[in-house]
Amino acid sequence: MKNFTYVRANSVQDAISRATSDRQAMFIAGGTNLVDRLKVFLDEPSQLVDVSRIKMKQIERTKAGGLKIGALVTNTALANHLEVRRNYPLLSRAILAGASQQIRNMATVGGNLMQRTRCPYYYDTAFSCNKRQPNTGCPAATGINRTHAILGASESCVAVNPSDMSVAMAVLDAVVEVRGMEGKREIPLIDFHRLPGNTPDRDTNLEPGELITGVILPPLPLAKSGVYLKLRDRASYAFALVSVATALEVVGEKIKTARVALGGVAHKPWRAMEAEEFLMGKAANKSNFERAAAIALKNAKPLAHNGFKVELSKRAIRRALTISARGGGLV
Amino acid sequence: MTEPEKKLSAKQRSRRNFLGQSLSAAGAAIAAPSLLNACQNKSVSASNALVEGETTIELKINGHINKLNIEPRVTLLDALRENLGLTGSKKGCDHGQCGACTVLIDGQRVYSCLTLAVMQEDREITTIEGLAAGDNLHPVQTAFLENDGFQCGYCTPGQICASVALLEEVKNGSVSYVTPDLTNPPSLASLSETEIKERLSGNLCRCSAYNGIVAAVQQAVGQTPPSPAASMENSHAG
Repeated sequence: MKNFTYVRANSVQDAISRATSDRQAMFIAGGTNLVDRLKVFLDEPSQLVDVSRIKMKQIERTKAGGLKIGALVTNTALANHLEVRRNYPLLSRAILAGASQQIRNMATVGGNLMQRTRCPYYYDTAFSCNKRQPNTGCPAATGINRTHAILGASESCVAVNPSDMSVAMAVLDAVVEVRGMEGKREIPLIDFHRLPGNTPDRDTNLEPGELITGVILPPLPLAKSGVYLKLRDRASYAFALVSVATALEVVGEKIKTARVALGGVAHKPWRAMEAEEFLMGKAANKSNFERAAAIALKNAKPLAHNGFKVELSKRAIRRALTISARGGGLV
Repeated sequence: MTEPEKKLSAKQRSRRNFLGQSLSAAGAAIAAPSLLNACQNKSVSASNALVEGETTIELKINGHINKLNIEPRVTLLDALRENLGLTGSKKGCDHGQCGACTVLIDGQRVYSCLTLAVMQEDREITTIEGLAAGDNLHPVQTAFLENDGFQCGYCTPGQICASVALLEEVKNGSVSYVTPDLTNPPSLASLSETEIKERLSGNLCRCSAYNGIVAAVQQAVGQTPPSPAASMENSHAG
């Protein structure tokens, strides 16, 4: 790890000013991803601005009846918050499916949104990588790519976003609140992360110097039927090969509203809007869930080693929707 | 025994000094000097003047305030082991994947390899060295001993710190990925084997002493663990 100067920010404004005046500075909060990246020289900041002591640790009810989650709320605190467990259970499940208790105790909501891919080629500086250094190539595209993207990838990058929390937030219509020198702005979570295109070095639409201050969840009654299904190589403490978040509002026999998002398959949490539209007004049954799954994956472009993710995603969507149709709960 | 060594507690002496003395006795000229330096460097930087790039911080560890001069890039794990001689917390992977470095910060279990020491001022840090009261072991330590919750022992400090926190988490009504009803968290009495395994998944044991570890936690939460023979049979049953 290269050495750096360390400073504790005492307010959001203080943090933003420091990061704006020094473009080589980085924010640190929980550190669970950044400290690891520093160790392998993926990031070499001149200065670390510790934002972890700023007062952004509250979870408050919004006037609209949703929740405003401070950026520094830990993953553990969010997953265990009573209103989240009651009204957004798939968010609790998604967070609890990620990492381990130790990491969830350290990791913050803002940091979870900012974590970077675990693509092994990105992590190994002996390889070239367009995400690490633009225009150097992507050895993953032709290398061992079992864990890589099947949707929305480009020739420049086939890495996937590793977050579980973001996939749940994608179906919950979450909004990310950020602040920079220009003031405050809100970015819908599904527009917060980017597809790789020709600029895979940029994971998010955050501008330099901007800091995430919170995440807003709108009230969403159908979230109670939420399901988070995570499929991975071992039963716990592993990144998703494929994950699915679903929620359904069924009135009578017919689906009024449907939500489907995928994790582990793209450079960002992947909301399957077309599949959701297909399900509207349809009966909540196996054949419609299968057709919705086929629609969600129709543009999939598997690589040499991850063809299995296409069928796995389809079956996961069907299973998650089936459980959501029964009212949700443990998969 | 030299003057500085006399000041060390019995716990601090133990294996590192044994290693140093053994190497000296064997006259291992090449390896010994650097190893000995590492062994005896315990609080050198604390008494030295500030070196460029270093900063002075205070860490409260196991109830004691420690003042030290370190670079901001030093992880809490390295500060504990290399600067303060608290080598109970182990470095396994150094990437937050194995759990051997688990310590408690303000009662919460964390990976000390994934946080910087400079970030932990004003917080109560508890390491494996701080769990026992003198010669009286913490009940979780006793449970690991009585249930063979280890083989080589390298992951054990992390497993024990994680288990101590696990007990508090369950008492406080925390849920896990496998909790069937998120609004009805398990109690210590109802904590299932599946729950224990999920809640300890952040601590790997390469000897695979998992049956003993689960039994130790069962004893620590007040349940009756199955006999070792029974768990052996279970692990081999089809």
